[in-house]
Amino acid sequence: MNNILVARNVTKKYGNKMALNDVSLVIPKNSIYGLLGPNGAGKTTLIRIINQITYPDSGEVIFDGELLRPRHIALIGYLPEERGLYKSMKVGEQALYLAQLKGLSKADANQKLKYWFDKLEIGDWWNRKVQELSKGMAQKIQFIVTVLHEPKLLIFDEPFSGFDPINANIIKDEIIKLKEKGTSIIFSTHRMESVEELCEYIALLHNAEKILDGRLEDIKKEYKNNMFRVGLEMENGENFLKLISDKFDISSSNYDYNRKQLDFTVQLPTDDTRAFLALVSAEASINNFIETIPSANDIFIQTVQRKNDNE
Amino acid sequence: MNKLSLIIKREYLAKVRNKSFVIMTFLSPILMVGMIVLIAYLTKVNDSQKRIIGVFNESNYFSTDFTTNERTSYIFFKDISLQAAKDSTLSLGIFGLLHIPDRSSLEEVAESTFFYSKEPPNTLVLDLLEDIFEERLRQGKLLDMGVSTEQFAAINDKFEINIANFTGEQNLKGINEMKAFIGGGFGYLIMMFIIIYGGFVMRSVIEEKTSRIIEVIISSVKPFQLMLGKIIGTSLAGITQFAIWIISASLLLFVVFLVFGIDLTGYSEQSVMASNPMSGISPLPATTDTMQLYALELLQIPWGLLISLFLVYFVLGYLIYSSIYAAIGAAVDNETDTQQFIFPIILPLMLAIYVGFFSVFNNPHGPIAVAFSLFPLTSPIVMLMRLPGGIGEGGVPLWQVIISIVFLILTFIGIVWLAAKIYRVGILMYGKKPTYKELFKWLKY
Repeated sequence: MNNILVARNVTKKYGNKMALNDVSLVIPKNSIYGLLGPNGAGKTTLIRIINQITYPDSGEVIFDGELLRPRHIALIGYLPEERGLYKSMKVGEQALYLAQLKGLSKADANQKLKYWFDKLEIGDWWNRKVQELSKGMAQKIQFIVTVLHEPKLLIFDEPFSGFDPINANIIKDEIIKLKEKGTSIIFSTHRMESVEELCEYIALLHNAEKILDGRLEDIKKEYKNNMFRVGLEMENGENFLKLISDKFDISSSNYDYNRKQLDFTVQLPTDDTRAFLALVSAEASINNFIETIPSANDIFIQTVQRKNDNE
Repeated sequence: MNKLSLIIKREYLAKVRNKSFVIMTFLSPILMVGMIVLIAYLTKVNDSQKRIIGVFNESNYFSTDFTTNERTSYIFFKDISLQAAKDSTLSLGIFGLLHIPDRSSLEEVAESTFFYSKEPPNTLVLDLLEDIFEERLRQGKLLDMGVSTEQFAAINDKFEINIANFTGEQNLKGINEMKAFIGGGFGYLIMMFIIIYGGFVMRSVIEEKTSRIIEVIISSVKPFQLMLGKIIGTSLAGITQFAIWIISASLLLFVVFLVFGIDLTGYSEQSVMASNPMSGISPLPATTDTMQLYALELLQIPWGLLISLFLVYFVLGYLIYSSIYAAIGAAVDNETDTQQFIFPIILPLMLAIYVGFFSVFNNPHGPIAVAFSLFPLTSPIVMLMRLPGGIGEGGVPLWQVIISIVFLILTFIGIVWLAAKIYRVGILMYGKKPTYKELFKWLKY
């Protein structure tokens, strides 16, 4: 019961095209989960299955300990990648309609909408028509409608596409607040860097298959290869560089004469850094020493390459 | 159920509040009444014009045959040359000149007769003149055979056959056509409604696709609910529009009659004839007696049955067609791509109307009429044209009504199931120009 969503061996075919091949996922409660992968990997299909827009050919989905059922729709909030609003409808009326479709009563929806409209400072727009709105405004309304019914699980498909940076930050903050209140969140995106900082867990999808999943921290630990970025302040940096180049694997080095600053990347044989640091600190003062952790994107590329090599 | 009513309400309001809907709804009756008044006026003007024909008769025949009637009058030229007669015809500005030369026999006279006119005469004029000649020629031949003029007058009696059904009730001539007109009116209404409001359903689906709201909605409701809600909501808007039209048009007509002081009973008949271009038969000047009979016969049409069956056929027919329209809307990205799919839908509707008007009118219970009134894509229209004759003896056999409704219900279930499948897949497909092959593949998704 500590998982909001469990997918077991989910398979979905569109005609002859495999959209999801035996995908299993575990999404822990009250976490931010990144569903990552390039376009066409099967992310949207999986999300549509969770939203019961389509159904898997085989496999099952467990929502909060129960087999996924139509009544769970009211407990899920979904912001699709292809999102829009009725152009000729008034903003408030439309938000009310969408909220009522999610099962809220009219009075309830009205009250909650007023709260959110004030919070995101779009209260004046209640009686305007959607076609008068800017794209960012429309996105705010879509966000409100997605979270209004206080779902247990929120699913955002490419959430930040179309947002300007200011609005993207406002939305990001609101999402984090929702998570703190206990909501579980799924982010789906092909732009991995955009959500990496937010996600605790990730799953990588590629060609309809899950190629990797788990806690982001653990994955990174597994994928890090003891590369460090080092910044030293010393005289005769070039000589020192030559000296350690014999012992260690050094790359992208640079020595700045004026500032007496030596920068380089070093690959250590083990994750024991003491020997290296002892050697360096004897000769120079260390300005910085940072482990270069692979980004989700790097991990993705590495995993795909490794998989292709194996085949 | 609650969600369905929400969708119906939204679709209804979205349609009814639309500016073009409001304009159409309130402008159409005015236009319609205007048209009727205009047509009636033009017909009157047209009729009041009398045609004048000059007759230059040099022969010994036809001296008494050209008598003035309400449409045509004749001017007779005597003792002038043909050229002078032609010149005077032109200078008088009359329609034409009939020249009957002097010959030795009636046949020769008829052979060498000419009609001169500036514009080529229409068949009405020619028929009138030809009738006169034919009558004389026939009489002449009969005289040659020894039939006297009195005897000829005696044979020339007009005759109308009396018709009755087997229970001995007397039937009225043309009553079948009149009944078929009433049924045809209902059928025509269904066709118009399907084409107009089916198109609205389709455009509404396309709008949801292009505005990209569709996936937001179907994460809350089932696609089938959305499709059904859309179809029902749109049709309710249509019914509203029709109700407003019927009420306001009859009010307006009433006002027009009052203002112009036109006799209602005579006028309504004329306006019906004028507004219905398909009517080939014009009612003969009837005595009040036969008028009474016609009225009685029309009252005997089973209106209750007709209207309740109209509702059944209307609802089923509309649901079948509009779910196809919804599926088309889902399959395409914009309206220009719909053409290839719309034609096959309109085809059976047009076929039903034409078969109705040409086949059912002549023989409401003939094999073609029966076949088309059972075939589910045409039955809502064709069956309604047959139904004013009643069900049972003298009308549509009960089994045919039952079978056609059963077929219709089965087709309804099948089509809605197929349409819902295409709809479900189509609404989430962007940027694909679908082919029939593609649609067939979607059925298996």
